[in-house]
Amino acid sequence: MIRAENIFKSFGSADVLKSITADFKPGITNLIIGRSGAGKTVLLKILVGLTPASSGKIYYDKIDLFGLDKKAMRTLRLKVGMLFQGSALFDSLTTEQNIRFPLDMFTNMTKGEKQKRVDYCLERVNLNKANAKFPSELSGGMQKRVGIARSIVLEPKYLFCDEPNSGLDPETSIVIDELIRDLTIENNITTIINTHDMNSVMEIGDNIIFLHEGNLAWLGNRNEVLTSDNELLQNFIFASPFLQRLRKAALK
Amino acid sequence: MYWNETMRMCNDIGVGSVVIVGLIAIFIGAVTAVQFAYQLGDQLIPQYYIGYIVRDITIIELAPTITCLVLAGKVGSNMAAEIGGMRQKEHIDAMELMGVNTAAYIILPKLLASLFVIPLLVALAAFISILGGYLASVPTGIIPSAEFIRGLLEFFVPYNVFMMFVKAYVFAFLLTSVSCYQGYYVKGGSVELGQASTRAVVFSNILILLADYVIALVLTS
Repeated sequence: MIRAENIFKSFGSADVLKSITADFKPGITNLIIGRSGAGKTVLLKILVGLTPASSGKIYYDKIDLFGLDKKAMRTLRLKVGMLFQGSALFDSLTTEQNIRFPLDMFTNMTKGEKQKRVDYCLERVNLNKANAKFPSELSGGMQKRVGIARSIVLEPKYLFCDEPNSGLDPETSIVIDELIRDLTIENNITTIINTHDMNSVMEIGDNIIFLHEGNLAWLGNRNEVLTSDNELLQNFIFASPFLQRLRKAALK
Repeated sequence: MYWNETMRMCNDIGVGSVVIVGLIAIFIGAVTAVQFAYQLGDQLIPQYYIGYIVRDITIIELAPTITCLVLAGKVGSNMAAEIGGMRQKEHIDAMELMGVNTAAYIILPKLLASLFVIPLLVALAAFISILGGYLASVPTGIIPSAEFIRGLLEFFVPYNVFMMFVKAYVFAFLLTSVSCYQGYYVKGGSVELGQASTRAVVFSNILILLADYVIALVLTS
């Protein structure tokens, strides 16, 4: 489990996050949602330790993230996987080399063992024939899948996904969402997804945190989204007249 | 991983720069020979001095300095753009998140490759430049072949070759570290990346020229 406790973050005089406290449980998909500029990416980067908080604490299973020295932080990071918004695949490496990169850097596995693990991860994300391709030869959806394969290759305990569906068509988005949810359940991973994809909210939102102007405006799950009377949440999720009509119909 | 990356950089810097370095070197040697012959005119200075001057000016100054100024433009800007692009595309964040020491993984192979390959390129440039001097002055009738070769062999000071390699190593270190620094700490978008790339070339060139002067002072005093 990951716990964010009273997180504040300011950039100069601008307060980006104000007293965020939330628990992210393992085995379920935890979503951070909110408008652009609400502080989602900043919160995710603080949670993962890439950006320091102005104040507050982050706990990874009771381990204080900001209290770790460099060595301990490096050890903890071996348990963390992250899917970046743009996939962040290394251009000079093939798909297979990208996925094998963490294994080459941090394990003493034999070549055969590494290959077996890479093949398993590629199979897991349904990309069996892309081993020798470079990132530039892959579609956006394929790049995301390679990114997921790389993020799970070290069997992480914690998985972070920054806008996993951005730039993808609705069908591919569903595939990616299902893949993340399946991996989360299978491996009991603490997964935190930063998104503003409404389909993801309604499909995989086991635990949802809604940020509004740096404040935690709502906490709940996908079933409670429909019935919540939080006006900010409703205005955000059911923004279009069509979705508002759909909500009314669903409530009837 | 470090070995593979270092070999990739050796290939990029070395093989990728042979043509441009060779082209520039041959013309520098040719121009030096032709212009020195013009300066000599009808004075009572032996003709073989053309070979001697081409050799020494190439080894001491032109090969290391011009080659590294060119490489600062070609390789340095490339390094800054590559690393800056990695920063902007979150590659560096991804590596840091994995626990990789990004400065070591990204910069060290480039530095090692530069320190290995650039002195070789400088030596090659010196050889080609002298060849250029020969081709520009012998077949055109400015000086007989035997005279040019005599000039190449006269007054040879091995210490000058040592000075050439000192310059090559220092310049290689400067252009690589400055370019990597500019790329590694780039912030913003494509405009800032372009500016970082330009800064990498400008600062490298200034530092190379400054270092050239300092080395000349130190090693010749």
